Amino acid sequence: MFAFIIRRLLQSVLVMLTVALIAFALFRFVGDPINNLVGQDTTLQDRQKLRETLGLNDSVVVQYWRYVVNTAKGDFGYSYMHRRPVKTMLLERMPATLELSIISILLALFIGVPMGVYTSLRRDGFLAKIFMSISLIGISLPTFLIGIMLILLFGVILRWLPTFGRGEVVALGTWTTGLLTVSGLKALIMPAITLALFQMTLIMRLVRSEMLEVLRTDYIKFARARGLSNRAVNFGHALKNTLVPVITITGLQLGSVIAFAIITESVFQWPGMGRMFIEAVADVDIPVMAAYLCLIALFFVVINLIVDLLYYAVDPRLRVDGGGSGGHG
Amino acid sequence: MAMSASSSDQALLSVRNLRIEFPTRHGTLVAVDDISFDILPGEILGVVGESGAGKSLTGAAIIGLLEPPGRIARGEIFLEGRRIDKLPYEQLRRIRGRQIGAIFQDPLTSLNPLYSINRQLVETIQTHLPLNDREARARALALLDEVGIPSAAERIDHYPHQFSGGMRQRVVIALALCAEPRLIIADEPTTALDVSIQAQIISLLKGLCHEHGTAVMLVTHDMGVIAEAADRVAVMYSGRIAEIGPVQEVIRTAKHPYTHGLMGSIPLIGHHVDKLTQIDGAMPRLQEIPAGCPFNPRCEQATDRCRVERPNLQTAQKSQVACHLFDETGRTGVEARAGE
Amino acid sequence: MAVEAAAMAERGGEVPDLSLWRRTIDLLQRARDSDIWYSFKRSPITIVAAAVTAVIILSALFASWVAPHNPFDLATIDLMNASIPPAWMADGDTRFLLGTDDQGRGILSTIIFGARISLGVGFASVVFALIVGVGLGLISGYVGGTVDAVIMRIADIQLSFPAILLALLVDGVARGLLPRETHDELAIYVLVFSIGISGWVQYARTVRGSTLVEKNKEYVQAARVIGRPAILIILRHVLPNVMGPVMVIATIHLALAIITEATLSFLGVGVSPTEPSLGTLINVGQDYLFSGEWWIALFPGAVLAILVLAVNLLGDWLRDALNPKLR
Repeated sequence: MFAFIIRRLLQSVLVMLTVALIAFALFRFVGDPINNLVGQDTTLQDRQKLRETLGLNDSVVVQYWRYVVNTAKGDFGYSYMHRRPVKTMLLERMPATLELSIISILLALFIGVPMGVYTSLRRDGFLAKIFMSISLIGISLPTFLIGIMLILLFGVILRWLPTFGRGEVVALGTWTTGLLTVSGLKALIMPAITLALFQMTLIMRLVRSEMLEVLRTDYIKFARARGLSNRAVNFGHALKNTLVPVITITGLQLGSVIAFAIITESVFQWPGMGRMFIEAVADVDIPVMAAYLCLIALFFVVINLIVDLLYYAVDPRLRVDGGGSGGHG
Repeated sequence: MAMSASSSDQALLSVRNLRIEFPTRHGTLVAVDDISFDILPGEILGVVGESGAGKSLTGAAIIGLLEPPGRIARGEIFLEGRRIDKLPYEQLRRIRGRQIGAIFQDPLTSLNPLYSINRQLVETIQTHLPLNDREARARALALLDEVGIPSAAERIDHYPHQFSGGMRQRVVIALALCAEPRLIIADEPTTALDVSIQAQIISLLKGLCHEHGTAVMLVTHDMGVIAEAADRVAVMYSGRIAEIGPVQEVIRTAKHPYTHGLMGSIPLIGHHVDKLTQIDGAMPRLQEIPAGCPFNPRCEQATDRCRVERPNLQTAQKSQVACHLFDETGRTGVEARAGE
Repeated sequence: MAVEAAAMAERGGEVPDLSLWRRTIDLLQRARDSDIWYSFKRSPITIVAAAVTAVIILSALFASWVAPHNPFDLATIDLMNASIPPAWMADGDTRFLLGTDDQGRGILSTIIFGARISLGVGFASVVFALIVGVGLGLISGYVGGTVDAVIMRIADIQLSFPAILLALLVDGVARGLLPRETHDELAIYVLVFSIGISGWVQYARTVRGSTLVEKNKEYVQAARVIGRPAILIILRHVLPNVMGPVMVIATIHLALAIITEATLSFLGVGVSPTEPSLGTLINVGQDYLFSGEWWIALFPGAVLAILVLAVNLLGDWLRDALNPKLR
């Protein structure tokens, strides 16, 4: 167990270092950092001085190492566009993105998993077919289009919900939350649904196909042959075995929620990190892009670790070392 | 038809005129065609045949677990005189495990990998018997002891992957015996095991069933297993019973040309044979079963009649055989030929 | 066909491989009797999806003839025609069936030309991903060892990042590296590259698996022993085997590529605004939702949704038809 965690942690560090290398390469080699920081009228001498203070004359390896150390400390440098520390900008934007993502994840899981189970058990049922059709539409509709259609319906025609922004937010220390005000919650509804819908359909289809696979296995047939009730077979034996692969893939999917938030935030002008990233791409604001990249990678790594631990908790085959110690037949 | 259409009084299980079909887009395939047999209490009936002969499907049909689109198209199944093939799902479920246990072919895949042995046993026991957790665990432990798992008390909380194949099949047998069923359907219980372990499992199964008075329908393609364990044997070919009778009689004086060929392919201890025989050709696929006797294309003694008219089971000695050679005269054609 | 063959012979001076034609015809005949064709005929939804896809692709291909106006021909655009609602509404104009946008361009025409860009980028990205993916998969499976490990590790890491993020990143880098004017000119190629590069992994994995299976078969080993280049033999046996799965991946990838292109263009980092794709049209139209001119965004959105849905349905059907286990 301990060795397993250590090994996974080392792998995670390696992934982070690789991503940091890409981020560093972006920062260092795409455009000139100096030209992006100073005005046209800065003298050559001043530029040289700045180059020296920023350490841009050191060897690439030293610069990379410095970048890694700074990044680990949360220091991502200054935004070319806004002339502010990227760290401050990220911290301002992070609560909006995380609140939106987590609510969406919960929505997707709590609706997607039961729907997947249902459609696999009532494979030829009428409702199951409806669910499957809806899910195909859900997968085919681009996220931004869903958002626009929701805006048109609930924002423009019915005028029930706000179409942009986060509503009123309450500051809890450095964290701002929209979950404590009515306008904040109302503003969250459409973005959360938009973001959740795609993941939900994916999870549903995944659960369905895994569950169908499991229902075909010998141990399910044997469980039925022992006279166990349908409930025990379907929700005890089958569902638990379904969850093993579902946890992995869902974990990866959830990571992508944060990335998909880029689109949702853009549609609803949600003041999160995703919109900041889009603006950075359009403005070629490399430090912001690089920082966002590192942060997303960090989320992925952390989610992956959690997934591994969950996996460990669910599947006894990973837990116990060795096997087949029971001698022979 | 030699057997009467109703179930015989003392039979534990009676199968009458069972027909299993698979509707496909190329038409309906008949996998099991009009078979009838009885299993007496405490008896071990071996069902032997090549793969695709319909043995496993018959077993699945009895416990109501045919995989769709397969379905029972005709026939009746009686358990202790009560008809069970038309029971609602929930009632049939209560029979499964309680009155009819099942053992599947592959012990490696028969157990749920995520649950401990204890949990799977207790769950099954409590489904059928009114025991609390402690009592159920005690019973589970006793069962594991009985099927010969060493230091069962330690191993009961282990997971399936921690057991070897043979040990797992013992666990599977314990699971089948949980609620003391009257009948066990064992579908190729030794096929996936090492040869050295096969004999142990068979003798364990035989011994346990003898002690508990449990009848067994032993489905296998291995004539050796039948010879070892069964009281009677039914030989299946292309979804039909070719021959059924006491195991010694079928082995020593096989009547159906197919059975004869089958016996010719195994060496018997105490019989000197110069050469093992083999049957030319292969069993026809389901969509290509010929008219008349399904065995006629491979049969050396086939006549024109065999290509047109389907033979019914005829009584010959203590056995019954579906072959035109035994019509009316009851003459043992194969023996006659064997005597040449 | 014969004419074509003759033309080919004339042009290149090469005699076309007639046996190839025969093989193709043979293949088509077998396809007609196959399970695939059967399941196609049996599924009305699939037939509708195929028809819809065909209609959209054909009108996009022949946009200049099909579209009532050329929205990029400045001479035909009149600002007086701006923001006309669809023809069946009170203020509608029969010349513009689906209404016009803020610059007086007919929505139907911009959709048809937009679909051309969307489909073009989609197909090109799929072809790019397919070539990269199949190539790397073959190399990975055939060479094995370190090369395999490196390629597959990259694939793993990339797979854990959403395609859209990768595409955005590539686009951002391209913007940084290319001067402004050049970037607008090359925007479409950058887009194809960024969407394609984010989709190769699926192809590579499938092909690699199949290559590994073939590589260890005895006839390949035998070919090696007698000094034949085994890679050629593998190619001949692997490619037909993976055709089915690769087609399924490609179809579903096409739907995804169209979505990704639309999304990037919607976000304003895709194709240049002078050549709008469906995504760009929706992006432009979004601003007019609030002033009541809903048709500017809604119709391109509907066409995009229908197109992607139809392609997805085709992909689903193809997957089920090629994988009898799921039936």
